[in-house]
Amino acid sequence: MPDTHAPIRYVAKNMRLDLRLIAEMIPRGATVLDIGCGDGALIAHLTAEKGADARGIEIDMAAVAEAVAHGLAVIHGDADDDLAFYPDGAFDTVVLSRTLQAVERPRQVLRQMLRIGRNAIVSFPNFGHWQLRWQLLIRGRMPMTEAWDRPWHETPNIHPCTIRDFFDLCALDGYAVEDWLAVDERGLKAPWRHYPRLANLFGQQALFRLRRR
Amino acid sequence: MSAPVTPLPQVDHARTVFADGLALDCGATVRPLVVAWRGHGTLNAARSNAVLVCHALTADQYVAERHPVTGRPGWWDTIVGPGKPLDTERYFILCINVLGGCMGSSGPREEMTDGEGRGLGRPWGTDFPSVTIRDMVHAQKRLLDDLGIERLLGVVGGSMGGMQVLQWAATFPDSVFGAAPIATATYHSAQNIAFHEVGRAAIHADPAWRGGRYWEEGRIPAQGLSVARMVAHITYLSEQALTRKFGRRLRSDTNPLGALTFLEDVFEVESYLRHQGSTFVSRFDANSYLTITRAMDYFDLAAEHGGDLAAAFRGTRTRFFVASFSSDWLFPTRESRAIVRTLNAAAANVSFVEFETDKGHDAFLLEEPAFHRALGGFLAGCADRLGV
Repeated sequence: MPDTHAPIRYVAKNMRLDLRLIAEMIPRGATVLDIGCGDGALIAHLTAEKGADARGIEIDMAAVAEAVAHGLAVIHGDADDDLAFYPDGAFDTVVLSRTLQAVERPRQVLRQMLRIGRNAIVSFPNFGHWQLRWQLLIRGRMPMTEAWDRPWHETPNIHPCTIRDFFDLCALDGYAVEDWLAVDERGLKAPWRHYPRLANLFGQQALFRLRRR
Repeated sequence: MSAPVTPLPQVDHARTVFADGLALDCGATVRPLVVAWRGHGTLNAARSNAVLVCHALTADQYVAERHPVTGRPGWWDTIVGPGKPLDTERYFILCINVLGGCMGSSGPREEMTDGEGRGLGRPWGTDFPSVTIRDMVHAQKRLLDDLGIERLLGVVGGSMGGMQVLQWAATFPDSVFGAAPIATATYHSAQNIAFHEVGRAAIHADPAWRGGRYWEEGRIPAQGLSVARMVAHITYLSEQALTRKFGRRLRSDTNPLGALTFLEDVFEVESYLRHQGSTFVSRFDANSYLTITRAMDYFDLAAEHGGDLAAAFRGTRTRFFVASFSSDWLFPTRESRAIVRTLNAAAANVSFVEFETDKGHDAFLLEEPAFHRALGGFLAGCADRLGV
């Protein structure tokens, strides 16, 4: 595996910073499935720069059509329903970025990811961040921040979790955490990466690489 | 439908003749095999830029040029041509009249032949053997072999054309780099067979049909064929599209409460359907309609592989683009999704989009910019990878 601590070397156009961090975790020539791939920025990058066989799933019609129009292999579907149809071990790495909190059955989705992929890379906004805790404590209302920017009655994020919650789920379902880091909204790696409690307080986004045990 | 309708005019279609004929799935042999086809663009030296467009039930090889019988523009004129998604400056676009069709390929309207390929001086009519989608594909393969095209850059088609695309990918996987089955399914559903049967029954019920020997008197079962087309046309549209186009509007020149109105059109949608029916009979042969609808009904790709659809695509290296349209109830999205899931199970490289539209099954033939962009992008992606 490449050194995930190395500074960011490559920036694709229009690619979110957390996608760059994910791309760094993926070795050259890998087979990759990106769930919730949007217009395919990550798979385009992996295909062009890493010689990967990268495919995607996306729920939004316009985004899928855009990705396909760029020659990318993306299917119109969703994480809850479509993963069951892939064979075991079909991919080296299965990616789910900023989507876990929005699926109907996150535990099932993770299980499927680690069935069809040897590795899973998962990123999600951390609900344990201090600003959220502070807002809920002081104002007594559902918090809203840069990462959690929709009111409670409109958010698609029906399963928020914290970094510590996620560690617990990995332990419960027997996934090995190969690597993890907490970053701020701009994708800069935070210095408290080796201290889960601090990361849980100060990290806005979490990024995990998992493996079946 | 009172005016007499003359049989289809004889037109010289460009064709390739294979004297040794084609052995069909039913056991019969059509000898010679005649394949009528059109090409647009230029086949490159490596013969690697050919894209086969497979036509639907009542279309033909005139995909991107004025039709010699109707005088209308090609049926996919919107997307086939220079600079268009199926770019004739980059690809060599082929379109072949299907086996059993009535625009020059071997079919019920062509002269019947005996086992030695000698003409019998009468059309095949209902004596033309029953054909399958796989027979159609085998006939197309003969032409491509003749042209020296070992691998198609792409095979593209909607509806019955999509069935041919799936059949191509299953039967000749190494000859298909990219496959785009559109608004289609791996088998014809009971409901679709039922609609076809209504159309066939209408043709059979026309006194002019005469057991399929209408050609003896130089007549055609125009009324029956027209009704068949009217029923089929309803299935190509959607409730929303019919409402948007016609609603409950009355024809302005009729008296809705008049005594004679049961004999004439009252609603605009009626006039529209009758027009669809009457223009159809001047360009399509009734026995061809019976032959091709049957071929669609027989189609069941899984059954060809012992009931296991995944077996049809196991190990495939073909890239797929599957497309469906949200208001299509003839080949609904769930059928396309089943194809996608089967391809996923085979670890195939597949793209899939369900396009949002109210135009029903017909959407694949109409102005749908997002669909056209995606199809063009898919083909361009295949071409880039092949260095075309």
